[in-house]
Amino acid sequence: MKKVELVQISKSYNHHTNVLENINVSIEPGEFFVLVGPSGCGKSTLLRMIAGLEDISQGKLFIGGHHANLLRPSQRGISFVFQNYALYPHLTVAENIVFGLQAQKVPKNERNKRCIEVADMLGLIPFLKRKPRELSGGQRQRVALARSIVSQAPICLMDEPLSNLDAKLRSHMRSEIKQIQRRLGLTMIYVTHDQVEAMTMGDRIMVLNEGKIQQIGDPLQIYNHPANAFVAQFIGSPPMNLIPATFNKQKQTIQIEYHHEILVPLHDVRNISNEDIIVGIRPEDIHLARNEPIHFQIEVVNVEVLGTETIISFKIKDQQWSMKWNGQWRIAIGDRIPISLDYQVLSIFDSKTGTALKNAKADTHYKINEVNL
Amino acid sequence: MINKWVVYPLLMICSICLIFPICYAFFISLMDGGEILQGQILPKSVTYQNYIDAFKSVPLLQYLWNSFIVSTSVTIGMLVVSSLAAFTFVFIPFHGRNVVFFIFISTMMIPWEATMIPNFLTIQKLGWINSYEGLTIPFFALAFGTFLLRQHFKIIPLELYEASQVAGLSQFKFFYKIVLPVSKTSLVTLGAYGFLTTWNMYLWPLLVTSNDSVRTVQIGIKQLQTQEIATEWGVVMAGVIIVIIPALLLLFLGQKQLQKGLTQGSIK
Ligand SMILES: Nc1ncnc2c1ncn2[C@@H]1O[C@H](COP(=O)(O)OP(=O)(O)OP(=O)(O)O)[C@@H](O)[C@H]1O
Ligand SMILES: [Mg+2]
Repeated sequence: MKKVELVQISKSYNHHTNVLENINVSIEPGEFFVLVGPSGCGKSTLLRMIAGLEDISQGKLFIGGHHANLLRPSQRGISFVFQNYALYPHLTVAENIVFGLQAQKVPKNERNKRCIEVADMLGLIPFLKRKPRELSGGQRQRVALARSIVSQAPICLMDEPLSNLDAKLRSHMRSEIKQIQRRLGLTMIYVTHDQVEAMTMGDRIMVLNEGKIQQIGDPLQIYNHPANAFVAQFIGSPPMNLIPATFNKQKQTIQIEYHHEILVPLHDVRNISNEDIIVGIRPEDIHLARNEPIHFQIEVVNVEVLGTETIISFKIKDQQWSMKWNGQWRIAIGDRIPISLDYQVLSIFDSKTGTALKNAKADTHYKINEVNL
Repeated sequence: MINKWVVYPLLMICSICLIFPICYAFFISLMDGGEILQGQILPKSVTYQNYIDAFKSVPLLQYLWNSFIVSTSVTIGMLVVSSLAAFTFVFIPFHGRNVVFFIFISTMMIPWEATMIPNFLTIQKLGWINSYEGLTIPFFALAFGTFLLRQHFKIIPLELYEASQVAGLSQFKFFYKIVLPVSKTSLVTLGAYGFLTTWNMYLWPLLVTSNDSVRTVQIGIKQLQTQEIATEWGVVMAGVIIVIIPALLLLFLGQKQLQKGLTQGSIK
């Protein structure tokens, strides 16, 4: 178990623009830390800098309390799992697994012992004699995993290790990786662009966008209290619905469309200073209006029935929104449905900076549904 | 799909054209002098006298041995130098790498004959006339070989290099434990190419050798031709057959690898 600390880290490939800026984070020993963000935001770059595969342009990296900027990858006590597995094609599975140990001059019987142990843990025993090209994607992935575990490095870095697998295998491997990490007490730094992976695996998540940290926190913190509109929209599926709106200080209302106003309680009025705001609402927080005031009369443009829940898409001010209702609903495209928005579940963001001014209350979900249209 | 009835006859004609000279040489080598002058194609009676004469009139075995040593050394030397150079061009970043590489392969456009005189003078200064060094070392650095191997090394995923860095492998270990085994087909291709070109070389060995001690077999054939006033074609052809056997062997054994290696760069 080792701690990884990043202090004021920046990275530039061309000396002009920074692809990463002012990264400050401290990753605790034994923590499962997930780096998540859209494509091109600099996740891989950050991970590769921690691994020593990429120079650090500015700032300091500490591994286990020691300054590590100039250490070679092999001196950092890390293992690395690549997205495309990077298995040596001419070596068998067993040789692939022990390859690193051979380089570290681990004695032969020790090597074999560790190889068998790890292969057993990952169910690779039947494949030890095969070459990588004779394995399925999931098996290859497991070999890559085995190779990193067998090194017994206290820190494990993974760059989108599951992105080449199909959905079912992916969810299986998610829990497998998580279990192994717990059992071995590894400090894990895990890169993904998939918010589901981030939410389900991470002890803590760091959301990156355009090279800047958007938010660091545990999964529910990030889901319930997104620091800004980007995080709000990035985490959650379907994403949070966002819409520009105006805040009227005199009337103490938020106006989304001309004739629909939502009253703002007095204690919140002080927190909101601008007129232009962005209102966000999670798909599961929009309900059918029954006794509540009707805020919108929407026209359904798409319905996805998932069995346990139903996702209904509609248009508001030429933006597509979606709402997620529990259970199964018989709704047709073109139906008009009245919906209500509760002030409690609204998130409000500054329209210029995107910073959150107010987060939705997390405990206001779910009612029992029944409807006759 | 192109019609079989067009392709197969075409291929057959081509292969007959290619094989005929070799077969004809083989037949001539089995005829006696009279038959050859009659202009026959198939020998009426088979005689091995020409082969015996060929070995008697020039030290053909010595020449074969020399050729073998020279070709093998050039092949090995060229593979070592080219693969190391190609490795540098692919895996070791340095300023101006592409410029250096461009200059390197632009030497492919200079014909070997143009560099012959300066090379000869260098060899002479070094005192390498009539030595294996003089015959082999000038061919170790081959731009074409570097180019071919660089193309192959470039399709090796960079992650393999990085994975071995994380594992703590030195660059050289990565080179011979990963890069070389993964590029086996290209190495075989280049090796076969190098061996055959060196085996067939004529002008340079003629220039830098003046006695039998290191002379190669191609010169030996020329000697068969000019020693008598009227050339005994049967003997010459016997020599030719002996000389092309290694080439044919190599071709048959290495054909699969050769094809793979030559097409690999373009497929992936
Ligand atoms: N070797 C390089 N030279 C120059 N720019 C690079 C290099 N590698 C990455 N970049 C740039 O740095 C930025 C971040 O790249 P990075 O690979 O870290 O993104 P990522 O978050 O891992 O994306 P993805 O999810 O697609 O893998 C990108 O804009 C990319 O163009
Ligand atoms: Mg990446």
